[in-house]
Amino acid sequence: MKARVHVTLKNGVLDPQGKAIEHALSSLGFDGVNDVRQGKVIEFSLSESDPAKARAEVEAMCEKLLANTVIENYDIELNA
Amino acid sequence: MSSAVANERPVTPEVVREHGLNDEEYDLILDIMGREPNLLELGIFSVMWSEHCSYKSSKKWLKYLPTTGPQVIKGPGENAGVIDIGEGLAAIFKMESHNHPSYIEPYQGAATGVGGILRDVFTMGARPVANLNALRFGSPDHPKTRHLVAGVVAGIGGYGNCVGVPTVGGEVNFDPSYNGNILVNAMTVGIAPADRIFYSAAAGVGKPVVYVGSKTGRDGIHGATMASAEFDEDSEEKRPTVQVGDPFTEKLLIEACLELMATDAIVAIQDMGAAGLTSSSFEMASKGGSGVELELDKVPCREDGMTPYEMMLSESQERMLIVLQPGKEDLARGIFQKWDLDFAIIGHLTDTGRMVLKMNGEVVGDLPIDPLAEASPEYDRPWTATEPQDEIDPASFTPSVKPAEALKRLMATPDLCSKRWIWEQYDHMVMADTVARPGGDAAVVRIHGSNRGLAMASDCTPRYCKADPERGGAQVVAESWRNLTAVGAKPLAVTDNMNFGNPERPEIMGQFVGCVAGMKAACEALDYPVVSGNVSLYNETNGQAILPTPVIGGVGLIDDLDHIAGAALPGSGQDLVLIGETAGHLGASIYLRDIEGRSDGAPPPVDLELERRHGDFVRAKIRDGSITACHDLSDGGLAVGLAEMALAGDCGADITGAEQEPGNPPLAAWLFGEDQARYLVTTAQADALLAAAVEAGVPARVIGQTGGDRLILAEGEAISLAELRAGHEGWLPGYMDR
Amino acid sequence: MKAAVIVFPGSNCDRDVQVALRQSMGSEPLMVWHKDSDFDKVDLIVLPGGFSYGDYLRCGAMAANSPVMKEVVARAQKGVAVLGICNGFQMLTETGLVPGVLMRNADLRFVCRDVTIKVETSQSLFTAKYEQGEAIRIPVAHHDGNYYADDDTLSALEDRGQIAFRYCDQEGKLSEAANPNGSQRNIAGVYNETKTVLGLMPHPERLADPKLGGTDGRALFDGLVEALS
Repeated sequence: MKARVHVTLKNGVLDPQGKAIEHALSSLGFDGVNDVRQGKVIEFSLSESDPAKARAEVEAMCEKLLANTVIENYDIELNA
Repeated sequence: MSSAVANERPVTPEVVREHGLNDEEYDLILDIMGREPNLLELGIFSVMWSEHCSYKSSKKWLKYLPTTGPQVIKGPGENAGVIDIGEGLAAIFKMESHNHPSYIEPYQGAATGVGGILRDVFTMGARPVANLNALRFGSPDHPKTRHLVAGVVAGIGGYGNCVGVPTVGGEVNFDPSYNGNILVNAMTVGIAPADRIFYSAAAGVGKPVVYVGSKTGRDGIHGATMASAEFDEDSEEKRPTVQVGDPFTEKLLIEACLELMATDAIVAIQDMGAAGLTSSSFEMASKGGSGVELELDKVPCREDGMTPYEMMLSESQERMLIVLQPGKEDLARGIFQKWDLDFAIIGHLTDTGRMVLKMNGEVVGDLPIDPLAEASPEYDRPWTATEPQDEIDPASFTPSVKPAEALKRLMATPDLCSKRWIWEQYDHMVMADTVARPGGDAAVVRIHGSNRGLAMASDCTPRYCKADPERGGAQVVAESWRNLTAVGAKPLAVTDNMNFGNPERPEIMGQFVGCVAGMKAACEALDYPVVSGNVSLYNETNGQAILPTPVIGGVGLIDDLDHIAGAALPGSGQDLVLIGETAGHLGASIYLRDIEGRSDGAPPPVDLELERRHGDFVRAKIRDGSITACHDLSDGGLAVGLAEMALAGDCGADITGAEQEPGNPPLAAWLFGEDQARYLVTTAQADALLAAAVEAGVPARVIGQTGGDRLILAEGEAISLAELRAGHEGWLPGYMDR
Repeated sequence: MKAAVIVFPGSNCDRDVQVALRQSMGSEPLMVWHKDSDFDKVDLIVLPGGFSYGDYLRCGAMAANSPVMKEVVARAQKGVAVLGICNGFQMLTETGLVPGVLMRNADLRFVCRDVTIKVETSQSLFTAKYEQGEAIRIPVAHHDGNYYADDDTLSALEDRGQIAFRYCDQEGKLSEAANPNGSQRNIAGVYNETKTVLGLMPHPERLADPKLGGTDGRALFDGLVEALS
């Protein structure tokens, strides 16, 4: 099973990198771009084939390491 | 030959040309091999005979440079030069270019440049203690420049900061000639016990060849040949060949290698730099007079299905090749496993004098080592000398701007402005031995656990080298020597990084020949030999060459850190003493270029005897404590030197009246002329200093006093430090944030 | 006093802090490799600066999950003093030993320079040799030192006196210009509730020697030696 974890900053947490991207986009002439937030994507394969168990396992990974839940949210995608 | 190469492309004339080999070179290959090479073998010839690895255009001339002296333990020919710094220690250092990769992908190009030069130094047994960088960018108005500056600086910082080696110095210039070819020259200085230096020569039949570090991927395949080709508009399509650096692995590799080096397990060690596994294994066997057999299926790979060709030519970073003493395999494996690094025995030394490459037991390549190395082409390329420029008579010159205004403008130009925005992005204090931080004449790094230090600086004045390569070459060396002297160090040796255009053009080759002649004269006269170096040619885009840029990285020794000098004015009430004569040479000066918009004229002559006499005097007076601050005068002359000292010390100065002394050149030439062999110093004991100067045959005179919060250059020509500082500190951040 | 410096792969200020500790202690601190969670009993544990595990996921995140950190957390909870400098501070926030998180610097650039920081209290193991309100000069060198916590947490920290240092100008005044990284409320260092754990971004070990241009950092180590001996 393949897992894809999206880690994003929580709403309200300042995202200087997102702001820099927004600024760069506007200076390249892409007008009307707002609310840029940047995050990261982490992909891996799992030997666990049961979707529920796999999700529980990846959630534990997120809580423990992949995201810092003080400032970050995570979102899990699983594909067989 | 075998199934493993059966799927590879046949060697056609087109393939030969793609590998950057001409017809004569290919004929030579047929001679050496006695048959047609397969693609793998052709690839190996191609990288070994590339300009980058073979120095085929430059070696005829590099031979003229002095490379020996009582302080030299090992001159050019190894990964880096080695000099004796006393008390059982050696300094190991080198500068190397990563120009083309940095233009294509500035962050990774610059980062891997730092990684490569670090490996060159710790390969020889040294712990790296300092990094420096000489950077040249295109015109600030060029649309790519800002992006390149940001990327290169971030890349250097990203790598150096992570490995934990302080980046303590360097230089940055801007010139339109670098618009399509920026220069990123990285230097590393390391310290090792003088009796435990590691070399690359490997001998001893049957000894295991070990691969350590990161896994091999398809990165940078043919980087060495790319670094030897001129750019054209398609170059940005070459992006996939740029390697990606991993400073974390490099840090582990440093620690693991130094740990292994503390044992007696190593016969020879070599980093896998340009041309990766090919050049490292080749050089070890060639220097040791042995042969080598590699089993390529044992090479740790990051990607599936890598061919022998890809493995041999990959430039994946953070990898080393080691020949071990038999029986030490487990000891070595244990150390590398402790540091979580790959470790694989991939072959052994033989006595056949051949490089035999196997894949799954089948021979996929078989080349003779010495004939390939010895037959490496050497060209005597035609060259034409640069036409000399006229001297500019200061008496006939009419300035268009008043001096204080000119100084204010100069201090805020791209070349002379503060580079704080850059060096504050580099960790210049890690290792807790940085005694003199960036921004002065030379950085000073304490030798750990002692009261001695190394001074280091990088220098080049490309506009002088363009106007008169021989004078320019001499000036580069002299300025480097002065910069080390100005902090109180005894200059010991240099590394050179020769950046030029296309050597197949006689005028470019003439620049190279001229610069080497000037460097040779200066290195000899100043007992300042070249112990390592690097050549980067073909720095041209669409036929436009860079300015000739032979960068010198100098290293000097300070015996007692209690007696060094900085450039900052030490406070009010001291006398300013000018050492050296001022004829007012404005030719090829920054003043002429940036204030008057002229780039003509001959650069200042370099009198090496005077350089030596003045420098030896200054150094002695720093050591006996009579000089309280010292600055080498170079770009922008006296006025700029004084302004830099004033800003660094946050203290003003008044030199009114000095310009009217008999024999002085006109005001602009007095203030902005770039005469060589000069230092501006401060002292509380002017009479004694002047008397000592007379005795030493050194021209010295009091030109003013320190104090106040402005600079007074002449009657009615004053400027506040605040105003100077705003422009000086403001230009680069303002430019980058725009 | 006995001290241990934990060395992670990628630590690069371990030797620097070893030198500073040696100078103040007059004896050698223990250097503990990250795989060794069974190290001797000590009075002070130092988590040094650097780029542990390359700082690849988030600064300090992997170190915070390494076996040795379980031991560090356990000892900290029993009251052993813990000092986290720079990357060590990032590890402390990642383990939750001190609140908050260190984000990318507001201008996105690595910053290495001397800053002045205000000592918020001299009532701690770490700051007894400083005056309350004193402005001291200490270098920073980091890419991710932008201290963040939500407003409630920040107010609670202030109420409980858990702010250790704040970026200030040379006169001790807090200002935006004096803040090198965008940290909330100019916070440069924080304590845990018992003030036995301190995390700070500036590097006191880098200015503890007159040859390097200053000694303002030395009092932190001297104070620890006096308090813990």
